[in-house]
Amino acid sequence: MVKDQEFLKSKASYCLDLAKKMGATDASVTVGHSISETVNFRNKSLEASDRSDGLALSIETYLGKRRSSISSSNLLDENIKTLIEKCFETTKITPEDEFNSLPEKDLLAKQISSLNLYDETRFENDKKIKYLKDLEEAASSNKQIINTESSFTENKSNFILANSYGFCDGYKTSSFTTSCVTVAKDENSMERDYEFSSKRHLSDIKQASDLGNKAAKQTIRKLSPNKIGSEKISIIFDKRISKGMLSVFASAISASAIARGTSFLKGKIDQQVFANSINVIDKPDIIKGMGSQNFDSEGVNSNTIQLVENGILKNYLVDTYNGKKLNLKSNGRSGGTTNLYFENGNITYEDLLKKNSKSLYITETIGHGSNLVTGDYSVGATGFLVEDGEFKYPVNEITIAGNFKDMFKNITLANDLEFEYSVNSPTMMIEGMTVAGK
Amino acid sequence: MSNFFNKSDLTRQDADKLVSETLNNCDDGELYLEESKSESILLDDNKIKSSNYSSDLGFGFRAISNEVVAYSYSNEISKDSLKNSSENLKSTLKSIKGTYNHEIPKSNKKFYKDINPIEQKTLNSKLEVLNKVNEFLRKKDASVKQVTASFAGEQKSIEIIRSGGESLTDVRPLIRFNVSVMLEKNGRKETGVYGIGGRQSYDDYLKNDNWKNVCEEAYRIASVNLESKPAPAGEMKVVLGPGWPAILIHEAIGHGLEGDFNRKKTSAFHDLMGEKVASEGVTIVDDGTIDNRRGSLTIDDEGTPTERTVLIENGILKNFMQDRHNARLMNTKSTGSGRRENYRHIVLPRMRNTMMLSGNQTQDEMIKSVDKGIFAVSFGGGQVDITSGKFVFNCTEAYEINNGKIGSPIKGATLIGDGPSILKEVSMVGNDMMLDPGIGTCGKAGQGVPVGVAQPSILIDKMTVGGTKL
Repeated sequence: MVKDQEFLKSKASYCLDLAKKMGATDASVTVGHSISETVNFRNKSLEASDRSDGLALSIETYLGKRRSSISSSNLLDENIKTLIEKCFETTKITPEDEFNSLPEKDLLAKQISSLNLYDETRFENDKKIKYLKDLEEAASSNKQIINTESSFTENKSNFILANSYGFCDGYKTSSFTTSCVTVAKDENSMERDYEFSSKRHLSDIKQASDLGNKAAKQTIRKLSPNKIGSEKISIIFDKRISKGMLSVFASAISASAIARGTSFLKGKIDQQVFANSINVIDKPDIIKGMGSQNFDSEGVNSNTIQLVENGILKNYLVDTYNGKKLNLKSNGRSGGTTNLYFENGNITYEDLLKKNSKSLYITETIGHGSNLVTGDYSVGATGFLVEDGEFKYPVNEITIAGNFKDMFKNITLANDLEFEYSVNSPTMMIEGMTVAGK
Repeated sequence: MSNFFNKSDLTRQDADKLVSETLNNCDDGELYLEESKSESILLDDNKIKSSNYSSDLGFGFRAISNEVVAYSYSNEISKDSLKNSSENLKSTLKSIKGTYNHEIPKSNKKFYKDINPIEQKTLNSKLEVLNKVNEFLRKKDASVKQVTASFAGEQKSIEIIRSGGESLTDVRPLIRFNVSVMLEKNGRKETGVYGIGGRQSYDDYLKNDNWKNVCEEAYRIASVNLESKPAPAGEMKVVLGPGWPAILIHEAIGHGLEGDFNRKKTSAFHDLMGEKVASEGVTIVDDGTIDNRRGSLTIDDEGTPTERTVLIENGILKNFMQDRHNARLMNTKSTGSGRRENYRHIVLPRMRNTMMLSGNQTQDEMIKSVDKGIFAVSFGGGQVDITSGKFVFNCTEAYEINNGKIGSPIKGATLIGDGPSILKEVSMVGNDMMLDPGIGTCGKAGQGVPVGVAQPSILIDKMTVGGTKL
């Protein structure tokens, strides 16, 4: 059983009291407990099981404008005492930083509404095994699939965030995650692909056979790929890749990147950064949402924010420290975005495929080719050549490259948005990028 | 050495007994105990931005029967907690029987000292170095707009208790010092990053004002990139510089030669043992035994002493890297490659220091032989798709080659290639093998472990460069 609020609260207040007793002017503490159970399957039989049970504690102590932090997994009172002493000693010799402080009191979350993020259902390992068996049976019933690996993880967590302003709150969350990786082979190649589903509530997890079949189909269609020539071509990003563009955008508008001057979107507030049909929203209060939260990692209340309106950048993601540097109030985004999404475009998926006589449909990218300072983008990719709206053949060993500043302004979105993950996007087309192949 | 039992109601005798009881009918397994102390100190934007200390303690209990691995971890070292884990393992392995393999090779060699690098340098003197770095770089010229510098230090103590009471221990120091600088000139911004590290004390790396060399290198890379032009797109010849560019070997070849992917036959290399997978003259080893290197280990995380494993010898595939579990199922021996990020994770076969050995050509000869291509000196990160064999890595410093001469610097581009065939495209191997500066972390299945790489300059006849210029 995951530890209850009372236990976590007592540890948190023990820490705060101790820090104050030692002379800290302010302090903030997070105590969390998490239990996970994973079952792994391979080729229709049990491969591994894994149980983890972890406590975690992190404390920040302030002495005026000086600050330092410690973290530990050992919650024995004696150990906590030693660590807080060490933390406070470090604080004393850490230089002052005028921007160090707890969040403003009136920004802290006051009412916690239930977002239904916890499902107490216990999915016993035997049931996980049954689920994975069904999943892999379905996946391997597809000819050409030579290997299947899958896993099911159940997680239950609880946490308390407390600070010396009297804020003390937290809540339980749960997640159920299942994934399947399949390998297919023909006379020309061996390919791998995957599918996964992750939900707060067990009843929302996809059917085992659907997941297995989808992974298998996505893998088989990649067999016998070709390499294409180097050219400028319009690129269509499958939903699982297009949401990655939002993650890059989120990193580039974090107050920390802006304050440090290391983002290509610095100073672009109220300017056009996307095509004028584009709207980006970050919504923390979606019921059962994978990214939902009542408050951010500093306790600041988080509300829905429109980050981009008709292509114009409206807000950064602001935490207390970097907010002070930029003269902005925290908007409850310490720790990043919550449920981030592009609003739907107004063209169907089918019409997007037909928009150009020839385009490249990308289903996977590899490499870390996003440079947030310059906006340059270059990654390895696999996908399909699409002609007149039809998938012609699989393509691999190519790269796609461009610069986000141009790419963002050339985005066309389909109207097929679904709320599956914490970051969601419709299928996306970007024109004018370069493919390097033969 | 940590004593894992002095603050617990669990005695060593209790632990021994429970381990033996639990693992009696299993093929393998152990109780892994770990205590780590780590710090990170960061200077950013003219200030000491964070100073964090962290201590972590826990155990991971593993039981293996045939192909099934049961694992349970907790950060509470107590009688109850270990008993719970034992019950959990038994319930997974219910009806399965095995024969415990007691054999663990022994070695007296140690590849680093039992030190705690965090305690060996005072916080004040670390802060002083970081401030000096900031001042030194900002004084250079007006184009320096941002400086980030950091120290990361760790001491990890482990103990492995096997069925029958055998105990194996190791104490592992690790440090890293990193500098990143951003320059801005004529509206263009570029970053340069450089770092050093390994399994010694901070001062072993920083003596003689060596921090200045780290600053100079980061500054030089950023300056080069300020002048960079768009990179070409398409297939061409690529000369790789010595040292860190060996992450190409790590991604293209290394991962595909890890035992688990080959046992499961999901690696593009699984049916190529004994076959020619590289040009003649290409020899690649994975070596855990180099003194004080980031990827070196006295024993691996299963207790096996590490070794120098020959992966490819003169073009022929010789060995995979093995942990005990995959080795047993493939009827071979562990190569001392069983590693885990920490007690929260299961052991996997992993790389240590992966190195291509020197040949006898010069870098100059390589450059001169290229009409049109690129010269890649440094890389960011890489990634591989084990199954299709396709891998990428990102240039952070690279130049055009035109008619046998090095030309303008080019913007960061991704290079993509095919693992099983790339080493057959190697047409020249340099005489200038170099180790990387000690900064690599390899990710696999969500676990990061410190690794090293090394190589001489090499010429690859055909690779796809992912630039924007057609």
